[in-house]
Amino acid sequence: MDFPTLIQILDSTLRLATPLLLACLAGLFSERAGIFDIALEGKMLAAAFASGAFAAISGSAWIGLAAGIGASVMLSLLHGLASITFRGNQLISGVAINFLAAGLTVLVAQHWFQQGGRTPSLLGDGRFSPIKLPLADTLSRIPVLGPIYSELISGHSILVYVAIICVPATWYVLFRTRFGLRLRAVGENPAAVDTAGISVVGLRFAAVVICGVLCGVAGAYLATGLQAGFVKDMTAGRGFIALAALIFAKWRPWFALYACLLFGLLQALALRYQNLDIAGIAVPVQLMDTLPYILTVVILAGFVGRAVPPRAGGEPYVKER
Amino acid sequence: MTELAIELRGISKAFGPVQANKDISIQVTKGTIHGIIGENGAGKSTLMSILYGFYKADRGDILIDGKLTAIPDSQAAIAAGIGMVFQHFKLVENFTVLENIVLGAEDGPWLAPSLSKARKELKSLAEEYELNVDPDAVIENIGVGMQQRVEILKALYRQADILILDEPTGVLTPAEADHLFRILRNLKAEGKTIILITHKLREIMDVTDTVSVMRRGEMTATVKTADTSPTELAELMVGRKVLLRVEKTPATPGAKILEVRDLRVVDEKGVERLRGIDLDIHAGEILGIAGVAGSGQSELLEVLGGYRNGHGKIVMNGQSIDLTGARSDGQSRRARGIAHVPEDRQREGLIMDFHAWENVAFGYHHQDEYQRSALLMNNRALRQDAEGKIERFDVRPANCWQAAKNFSGGNQQKIVLAREIERNPDLLLIGQPTRGVDIGAIEFIHQQIVALRDAGKAILLVSVELEEILGLADRIAVMFDGRIMGERMAGTTDERELGMLMAGMTGDAA
Repeated sequence: MDFPTLIQILDSTLRLATPLLLACLAGLFSERAGIFDIALEGKMLAAAFASGAFAAISGSAWIGLAAGIGASVMLSLLHGLASITFRGNQLISGVAINFLAAGLTVLVAQHWFQQGGRTPSLLGDGRFSPIKLPLADTLSRIPVLGPIYSELISGHSILVYVAIICVPATWYVLFRTRFGLRLRAVGENPAAVDTAGISVVGLRFAAVVICGVLCGVAGAYLATGLQAGFVKDMTAGRGFIALAALIFAKWRPWFALYACLLFGLLQALALRYQNLDIAGIAVPVQLMDTLPYILTVVILAGFVGRAVPPRAGGEPYVKER
Repeated sequence: MTELAIELRGISKAFGPVQANKDISIQVTKGTIHGIIGENGAGKSTLMSILYGFYKADRGDILIDGKLTAIPDSQAAIAAGIGMVFQHFKLVENFTVLENIVLGAEDGPWLAPSLSKARKELKSLAEEYELNVDPDAVIENIGVGMQQRVEILKALYRQADILILDEPTGVLTPAEADHLFRILRNLKAEGKTIILITHKLREIMDVTDTVSVMRRGEMTATVKTADTSPTELAELMVGRKVLLRVEKTPATPGAKILEVRDLRVVDEKGVERLRGIDLDIHAGEILGIAGVAGSGQSELLEVLGGYRNGHGKIVMNGQSIDLTGARSDGQSRRARGIAHVPEDRQREGLIMDFHAWENVAFGYHHQDEYQRSALLMNNRALRQDAEGKIERFDVRPANCWQAAKNFSGGNQQKIVLAREIERNPDLLLIGQPTRGVDIGAIEFIHQQIVALRDAGKAILLVSVELEEILGLADRIAVMFDGRIMGERMAGTTDERELGMLMAGMTGDAA
């Protein structure tokens, strides 16, 4: 493999890891507060559709982003209503939201645009275009470091940089602020939070809304950054891969970045080597495409060792007698 | 003149059909330690939870420092200067001491200033009240005594003037409890008001100024501690004369039933819970295992009962017992004449949603006499069998169709005992026989255990209630940190000696 190819693969790794990372951090906020969220997938899908649709109608990627976040937050609130207010089962609520999003997006897309469940292709300002960082062209002639800067680091859409910045930001919020302390506490022992005179319900809703916002950005990136418009089931299990990455990362922000980059790399490899010959045997495309999913299964099967989830995760909070 | 810190007027609270508090009025004088004593389920904890804003009273008024105060939630209670140390600590296990103390009482949106302020404050509180804790220790790595101090510090950090402690000594060694009482006296000397909820008479007599007695949701009396006696309080608590001692004749131990040699257990986290246990139990004797909760007693019961693997040697009636593998389960143990009344009856002893008769039948339902054919059980035979046992063990109500969860704690325990004892085992393992059981049922349960002993059976009794061990056991082994610290005959030892052993100090050092 030559150097330009390596740069290209890493470049696409970064782009493919972005939605995973955003969704993974979304899940991190929710699960750290004790609300399991398997609806990352559905929220991303709904956000992808809403952003694709509104960007197509308005011609602005920013309006698309706002619509994506709005759609995702609405589903988050639904999840919150079911699992926090009414103390329902978080998994069932999550599954319901996934089904709801999968069906509703295609249905509404077909009704609005009559293009077989897709949204119209986005042109110009309808997409988030690549940003050229300062001096990218000047520095590109420097050997090795030049291409790394101009090709790999520069030239992504703004949402990629947002996702990366979200990692230290998440770490800071969780471990250096009052809100973060309370959020982590409510996922570990809500009774401690309650007796300290803080609202368990309020904190959990805040976490769920943050989760919605991040999922919204992730979905918007799929439709307006990575691709140009919404297509049916375009999340393709990314929400579940993000969940696997979250477990792999043991609910910690920096590890989430590394885990998502690993999954992104596998997706990039699969895209790049669609027709790979190893010792004269052609590896089927399908096998390459399943690599990230195989890794997900391996990781979830316990390859990571002991991952201790937040202790109150999945449990609705009821005051005990 | 005496100022009142707290006055409750006519507090009532019902949970569904259960009236937990009935028209309760109480006055607590500022700068005193006020005890509230009563049996389990008398409504003490409910009353204090109302005062702390955890529950809302159906009726009644709360006056703090003479002013009518509404306490709709814990935030309001904290603002009114009330701090509470719950029986089950409300700490975040994987947070540090400092983080737990700051949680909910932060000074601003950023943590760093709050933490450094708390660190300073903690140091001065530690000096003032003998409340030493390492601020950077993680809660799950420190002992329960230390965790309790963190809870007290939490309240003091929130400027509490009134401190409520709910059953604070249940998990402590006698030495730790004495330390706690010293802290409480220090706090009282500083003008704090303390409410101590307990069911232990000794603590009330030792440390309180005034004591209120609760019985079945009602306040039956408030007296000066100096003017009363343990016997009088016990009578007020249960409403009739009770025997505090268990009536039994001296044991006449027979042949060796169980022999345990170098028994070791490593738990899921890789921690060695049993570090080489040697024990003998004979027919016709009760061997009591004393120790602070978490010293390895639970693991000992679980290995013997057959639902935890171990290493070492166990010989029952001259034949060795498998500690791992297919023949080490509870069923195999039963076949060898070992019956087990587990410590946590609701989780391990009963299926709470199942009927009483099914619970009585468990573990024996597969035996031939209860089979109708190869596939079908003879439910009627099982039920009739269970009905007899339920009657003999005085389970109330004697309704074999009632779900286990709808019986009181004492009657649930009787159901488990009926199942295990009526099978006539050679060895009965029994853990915390009277935890959460009312005094009337305690007497009955103790009588059954003694009767089984007198019938020539061996009994291994595990209890964290030292009084129960002393009253019931013939021989006492004390456990600390997975080891047996020493064995004593019940007739020739006392709480002080056992307490030293429970704290890990051998008799010679004491």
